[in-house]
Amino acid sequence: MNSRDAILVLEDGNYFKGYGIGKFGTTIGELCFNTSLTGYQEIFSDPSYYGQLLVMNHIHIGNYGTVEADMQSAKLHINGLIVNYIEPKFSREKYLAQDIQNLLINNDIIGIQNIDTRSLVKHIREKGAMRGIISSDIVNFDELFLTLKNSPNTFNFPMDNYVSTSVKYELNPNGKFKIAVLDYGIKLAMLKHLENSDMNIHVFPSNTDFKEIMAIKPDGFFLSNGPGDPSVMTHAISTAKCIMHENLPTFGICLGHQLMALANGLKTFKMHHGHRGANHPVLNTQTGLCEITTQNHGFAVCLSDVDACNDLLLSHINLNDRSVEGLVYKNRPMFSVQFHPENAPGPHDSLYLFEQFKNLLIK
Amino acid sequence: MPKDIHIKSVLIIGSGPIVIGQACEFDYSGSQASRSLREEGIKVFLINSNPATIMTDKMIADEIFLLPLTPESIETILSNHSIDAVLPTMGGQTALNLCKEVAELGIWDKYQVQLIGVDIKAIDLAENREQFRNLMIQLNIDVVQSKVANSVLEGKEIAQDIGYPLVIRPSFTLGGTGGGIVYNKHELDQALTNGLHASPIHEVLVEKALLGWKEFELELLRDKKNNIIVICTVENIDPMGIHTGDSITVAPAMTLPDTVYQRMRNMAKLMMQNLGNFVGGCNVQFALCPQTEQIIVVEINPRVSRSSALASKATGYPIAKIAAKLAIGFTLDELKNQITKTTSAYFEPALDYVIVKIPRWNFDKFKGANDTLGLQMKSVGEVMGIGCCFNEALQKACQSLENEAVGLGYYGKSLMKNAEIMDYLKLPKWDRIFRIKDALMQGATVNSIAQETKIDPWFLHQIKIMCQIETELSKHQLNNVPYELLLKAKKSGFSDRQISKIIKGNFSENDVRSKRKELGIDRIYRMVDSCSAEFKSETPYFYSSF
Repeated sequence: MNSRDAILVLEDGNYFKGYGIGKFGTTIGELCFNTSLTGYQEIFSDPSYYGQLLVMNHIHIGNYGTVEADMQSAKLHINGLIVNYIEPKFSREKYLAQDIQNLLINNDIIGIQNIDTRSLVKHIREKGAMRGIISSDIVNFDELFLTLKNSPNTFNFPMDNYVSTSVKYELNPNGKFKIAVLDYGIKLAMLKHLENSDMNIHVFPSNTDFKEIMAIKPDGFFLSNGPGDPSVMTHAISTAKCIMHENLPTFGICLGHQLMALANGLKTFKMHHGHRGANHPVLNTQTGLCEITTQNHGFAVCLSDVDACNDLLLSHINLNDRSVEGLVYKNRPMFSVQFHPENAPGPHDSLYLFEQFKNLLIK
Repeated sequence: MPKDIHIKSVLIIGSGPIVIGQACEFDYSGSQASRSLREEGIKVFLINSNPATIMTDKMIADEIFLLPLTPESIETILSNHSIDAVLPTMGGQTALNLCKEVAELGIWDKYQVQLIGVDIKAIDLAENREQFRNLMIQLNIDVVQSKVANSVLEGKEIAQDIGYPLVIRPSFTLGGTGGGIVYNKHELDQALTNGLHASPIHEVLVEKALLGWKEFELELLRDKKNNIIVICTVENIDPMGIHTGDSITVAPAMTLPDTVYQRMRNMAKLMMQNLGNFVGGCNVQFALCPQTEQIIVVEINPRVSRSSALASKATGYPIAKIAAKLAIGFTLDELKNQITKTTSAYFEPALDYVIVKIPRWNFDKFKGANDTLGLQMKSVGEVMGIGCCFNEALQKACQSLENEAVGLGYYGKSLMKNAEIMDYLKLPKWDRIFRIKDALMQGATVNSIAQETKIDPWFLHQIKIMCQIETELSKHQLNNVPYELLLKAKKSGFSDRQISKIIKGNFSENDVRSKRKELGIDRIYRMVDSCSAEFKSETPYFYSSF
């Protein structure tokens, strides 16, 4: 691999030197870190990472190559990648795998390696999420710092347009339950589990008019994950209001969960540095049992709002920071979770939620 | 109500003498468990016949009995003291066997002592290969083709059915004593005789050998509510066929895709939930076919084991300490992560470093012993290296072996020619990792070594990167070695002494040290914090890097 000097400059003036990986160039985004030990390809191709410079805490990235089957969408969505060591030499025999470096280049992903991710993660942990710029073209600190300062903050406006499908489509036409899926940047694993739950899936672009959605006469609704600040997504919130007004079985995951909460008058807030990883402990308050969950979010629903709301039940809570992980709408066939029951990557502890959704549709 | 308030005093059974096949792990777990119970205000009694242990130090338990590990000793203790419960899972197979013997004699019942943290039926089920196999088939989990034999004749018939190569595993033995791989029918008689002799119940399992398959281990914890977490994934660099206690292992697993790992995790959970009602630590071993990604379960140990001690040190998560608390009725979500003090004990550690464990053998003290590694554990201890990359961890572990080598290299001593090495590598010996490096230094390809050893090429590539750095270093003198190269070497775990031997000219360890200090290449220290730095932690447990 050609080695080329690269630099990562942070909004607060700190910088880290390393070597360029993926495509050479310059890229800007908000920094976040993911602690998963496996599943890097699923993470990079998760549309929720749109606009982010992703730090992988795990030391060696690329060990088992990349395979088509692990993609969570058509392409990689991270805006940049920061790692300790990228491993172009991989080991995987079963599938026709390609190396990670190839996948990054083919997806125009700019990255940097030989970064002390422990220090960087500690910095983000203490100072909070911040923006950064990676460059393997320009290694001049002043120039990059200025470019970063002058660039617009993408998190102030909705991002669903960049990641949602542009046309509606149908999956599993013979499925028993017809559901309308709102695509805010959906992961393929969600569609797979809906399909496995015998659903006839109609996926709609995020900006679809509600009347058009209702034209298919759905049995239920599914609101997907996606990137960005939910509170600025006015169209999506009003669609969520209309959806919830129908009183049909409705299931929301991650951003979908936040949109449902906003539609019900609750508030969301930007977290200090978010939850991203595959080891987040969640307590199901209804069963008293715990589940290890995959998480990927930088915004969350306000706990105090949930407590103040009589027709809401806090169904899941984070055991580390007591943040809101799941809501059940009392007397309505609706629920949502902040974490990712579809996993990919991560534990399968929460797959029962798809079954729970199906049971609402059976009733 | 979390804790069982009826338990006010607990007897912990130690593991007795430390023998080949153990690595002092039970001393570690017994001491941790004792402290953990005392933290909860429980009076701890401890029995162990081995005074040369930490756990028998006066400060560890409230009362210590240095007595033979026999039912008579147990009865003497119980008749003189009021003991509510016994925790037998911290003393390995020795403690469990004693616990069972005492149970069969009805002594626990007589003194109304409750067995905690253990389900004897689960242990028996896990140890009884035939029953275990049937349960796995019921659960739709793949097991290797095998059958139990109680005589040489029976064994021969089974061998004919299954075909070679075969593994002979005696039932109820520690560390695989008496087991072996049989490549053809000429070796069969002897192997069956040895195996049957080694088993206390004169029983062996004849099974298909999964040669060339990769081996993985999961260390898990379970509480009474059936909450299960994976503490650590461990990958054996040495493939199936070498006892995990004699394998060089890495944590976390390096070559497992998420899809494959999650299948293993699901299987482990399913097995634990169906095996019985034990709470505490559990170890599950899997074999993975690299070509088909088929997973076969090798075995399950529903108790604290050698690998739990390693997993504790690797992740910072105190398995025995938490297991003891689970045994007295706590659930994982009620306990705090002992490292961060603020987050939950119900979580799965994330690592941003690499651990390499290398067994330590003492073949020079056992002249004439067969030094080829196999199903029977021959090591007498182990060393562990923590590094910021695989190579650093590997080199650190090699440096700790206290043998003639300096890190991963002999530097002039006992060199073999390439053809000779490739032949030598076919049989796994204790020094195989050193010979692999020699072979790579001499230009052998990763593929050819992978073929001979069945070691995953990923690890061999990493060692090759190390060799490339060494070759670069050897071209320089100390005064003209580039900063980047020296830094790279230090990050890859080369010690100053090692560099002094590699580099051109006559330099001492101190010369190298002064040079790198002059260049500003200094040691840094990082915390083993169980969470990849996601949360602030307070623990006096560090590793160094550059």
